[in-house]
Amino acid sequence: MWIAIVTLLILAAIFGGLLGFASVRFRPEGNPIVDNIDEILPQTQCGQCGYPGCRPYAEAIAGGDKINKCPPGGEATIQALADLLDVEPEPLDAEHGEEKTRTVAVIREDECIGCTKCIQACPVDAILGAAKQMHTVIESECTGCDLCVEPCPVDCIDMVPVEMTMRSWHWDKPAPGVNLIATDRPRGLEQKGERAA
Amino acid sequence: MSDYLLLLVGTILVNNFVLVQFLGLCPFMGVSSKLETAVGMSAATTFVLTLSSVASYVIYTWLLEPLGLIYLKTISFILVIAFMVQFTEMLVRKTSPLLYRVLGIFLPLITTNCAVLGVALLNISRQNSLIESFLYGFGAAIGFSLVLILFAAMRERLAVADVPVPFQGAAIGLVAAGIMSLAFMGFSGLVTLG
Repeated sequence: MWIAIVTLLILAAIFGGLLGFASVRFRPEGNPIVDNIDEILPQTQCGQCGYPGCRPYAEAIAGGDKINKCPPGGEATIQALADLLDVEPEPLDAEHGEEKTRTVAVIREDECIGCTKCIQACPVDAILGAAKQMHTVIESECTGCDLCVEPCPVDCIDMVPVEMTMRSWHWDKPAPGVNLIATDRPRGLEQKGERAA
Repeated sequence: MSDYLLLLVGTILVNNFVLVQFLGLCPFMGVSSKLETAVGMSAATTFVLTLSSVASYVIYTWLLEPLGLIYLKTISFILVIAFMVQFTEMLVRKTSPLLYRVLGIFLPLITTNCAVLGVALLNISRQNSLIESFLYGFGAAIGFSLVLILFAAMRERLAVADVPVPFQGAAIGLVAAGIMSLAFMGFSGLVTLG
């Protein structure tokens, strides 16, 4: 009886020790929280947060940076990040830009001189064209980041708001603080007040 | 030497663990919908199955038998297998994060793959030697991989085939597995194992 228990315990201890060693030895590089943050960010790669793309900003957030520097994501992204990281949501930092309606870039094609400058600026390769050929924007790929507007020497790029269609229309999300159902009501003070009344 | 070869061929084809002995059917059905995952799963299972077969043999012959603790074999084999799977998971996570993501939950589920425990227990009841245990585990793993990859390739074609509505999805998969099992039973005259 005792031999059996001791044998099993020793076996378990050996395997546990080996696993502990392996978990240190084979620890994967990179922080899984960075992946989670990166998934929430809108992947516009616009750089308005001051970092060269969404992934670097995700790493910065994981390192303790503010979560309110992403204008394309807007309030929804800040809320999601606050939920993920369990911090208080803050209003968007105006220093990095304002939340706008979703836009796409459109090139006025007869004015385009084919300089390829916007192609180089585009972070998501959504602009198609070659030197001295007319360029055009692949609308489904464009993230509306405005980065191509600045370099264009003839100013032929417009940021056009995405038209609301039957497919893209959706109800507005309820503003924070609205109680739709009873369980939305914050617990604590209000309930106590009600009870006292 | 030819004995070992016969044992290997026997476990891979004749006594194929999945299609003839019906062990390890859950990953067989679960991971076979894409060829890529099937290949990854096969590699991981081969590693675990071979190592756990040898390790369980070693523990049984050198630890449990001398101490007279044969009745502890199942629980200690489960311990060995769980350890092997955890170890493989760490290894895969380190070497190939992509494969780790693709395999997902199926990697830890190798623990509950009945073929793994089956091989360990059959090693004892067949009174295999150390080398035989290794070959038995390896053969079982190769047999499992062979069948899994063949079946995954078939299911990829089934996914685009014009299957009658009541048979679509898992139903046609099970039918195909049954027919494959019939085909593998045809090998039973190839080698006779004692």
